[in-house]
Amino acid sequence: MSSNLDQLYRQVIMDHYKNPRNKGVLEDGALTINMNNPTCGDRIQLTLKVEDGKIESAKFDGEGCSISLASASMMTQAVKGLSVEEAIKLANIFYDMMLGNDYDDETIDLGDIEALQGVSKFPARIKCATLAWKAMEQGVGKKEEE
Amino acid sequence: MSAKEWRKLFPILDQEVNGKPLVYLDSAATSQKPIQVIEALDKYYKEYNSNVHRGVHTLGTRATDGYEGAREKVRRFIGAKSTQEIIFTRGTTTAINTVARSYGNANLAEGDEIVITPMEHHSNIIPWQQVAKTTGATLKYIPLQPDGTIDLADVENTVTEHTKIVSVMQVSNVLGTINPIKEIAAIAHKNGAIMVVDGAQSTPHMKVDVQDLDCDFFAFSAHKMCGPTGIGVLYGKKALLNKMEPVEFGGEMIDFVGLQESTWKELPWKFEGGTPIIAGAIGLGAAIDFLEEIGLDNILKLEHELADYALERLSELEGVTIFGPKERAGLVTFNLNDVHPHDVATVLDSEGIAVRAGHHCAQPLMKWLDVTATARASFYLYNTKDDVDAFLKGLTTAKEYFGHVF
Repeated sequence: MSSNLDQLYRQVIMDHYKNPRNKGVLEDGALTINMNNPTCGDRIQLTLKVEDGKIESAKFDGEGCSISLASASMMTQAVKGLSVEEAIKLANIFYDMMLGNDYDDETIDLGDIEALQGVSKFPARIKCATLAWKAMEQGVGKKEEE
Repeated sequence: MSAKEWRKLFPILDQEVNGKPLVYLDSAATSQKPIQVIEALDKYYKEYNSNVHRGVHTLGTRATDGYEGAREKVRRFIGAKSTQEIIFTRGTTTAINTVARSYGNANLAEGDEIVITPMEHHSNIIPWQQVAKTTGATLKYIPLQPDGTIDLADVENTVTEHTKIVSVMQVSNVLGTINPIKEIAAIAHKNGAIMVVDGAQSTPHMKVDVQDLDCDFFAFSAHKMCGPTGIGVLYGKKALLNKMEPVEFGGEMIDFVGLQESTWKELPWKFEGGTPIIAGAIGLGAAIDFLEEIGLDNILKLEHELADYALERLSELEGVTIFGPKERAGLVTFNLNDVHPHDVATVLDSEGIAVRAGHHCAQPLMKWLDVTATARASFYLYNTKDDVDAFLKGLTTAKEYFGHVF
């Protein structure tokens, strides 16, 4: 078994997959974003509560592989309490990490997200990992337009 | 020649992927190309690349001969009456879209029906959804049996005197089901409908005879049958094609062009607007030569053996769900416990084994199967029992790897 594979399926990822955090749907006026990965059928429903430019809470529901669901779980954890600006910044740091670029790990605490670094070695799986983040970006974008 | 010797004719297979010998089990997505096809393309570009049907120069004549020669090979290969019935398209998708846009939009109206099945590839669903939207016709589905086959009684019940088009795939890219096209075509005709066949998954593997099937249109792609990407074929009965309007207009397809009005070339060229896919057609011709030399019967026999062997070995592995009927084409679609097919495919890839994971461009079928995605191993003439063994070993590894999670 290759070590790349072990880097992809880190323990913490499998833990998020098996025991997803913030799984479910936020009611009462939460922003709802549905997003698909049309090449593979993965889908996510993300609900966000944004107040005064700050993400109060985030929940996700959907179907997908270990990488996409673990990433969604980690994302909802990470953006909670962040300002919209910070959340978008974090998304961009995450995309840099996925592309194998240097990324900023000093100004924002990446926490569990850093475990997904191994995905960058598997180009076919990057879209799995970024799905939830794209949904979050679309969601806060919607809020900004209001 | 044995399968092991056929395999040697495919240069791409002689490589390592992730440090392991490549085991290519994704031919239903696209097949690999034998050296004969690669060399035919190379020779065309090196020796006689030129536009067709216009130049009086020597290269132009050679290119035209190559292009039209390929059309004759296709005619013979699928048993059409005339080369006028063989239209080169970009692939199966474009071929079906041509029928939908030209025949469908002109001949259907509110109250008419189009009949397809839930197992169709998106390319044989969406064009008909669009025709239904444009014309007000209704899109109906023949229900499937629990094992993923079609019962002719259900065809009889679904196709009515209002049905104008019946369109069905000959072989399912997910289930491997081999559909009774000839019988379905007879039911369509009895009700006054035309029969369209998606032959993308059948033509590479079994002898197709469009006259015996008595279908009105038949579509397939070169790249799934050892040919290049970017070219496919629409076969249509001449009487129907003659009455149809082209869907693309421009160079090459015209007879006379005036300031306000133009007229079209005769068949098949009126459907081939623009500089055609010359190299592609020549590559397809070389692929047909190759398949005929090997013999489609031999290919079918080998694939049956491999599929049977794979099914037998898979059934020994606990936690595997297999989709599709017993009697099937050379592919196996499956899921492994609760492990997502992407994760299965990634582990297999790390062992050098290429399989498909996802919805296989058949979302309605995935819904029918009540899954979001599946994994698929598909076989072709260059695969061997060793490939199946490697695949099973890879699956066992995947199972162990994810064993601690579930």
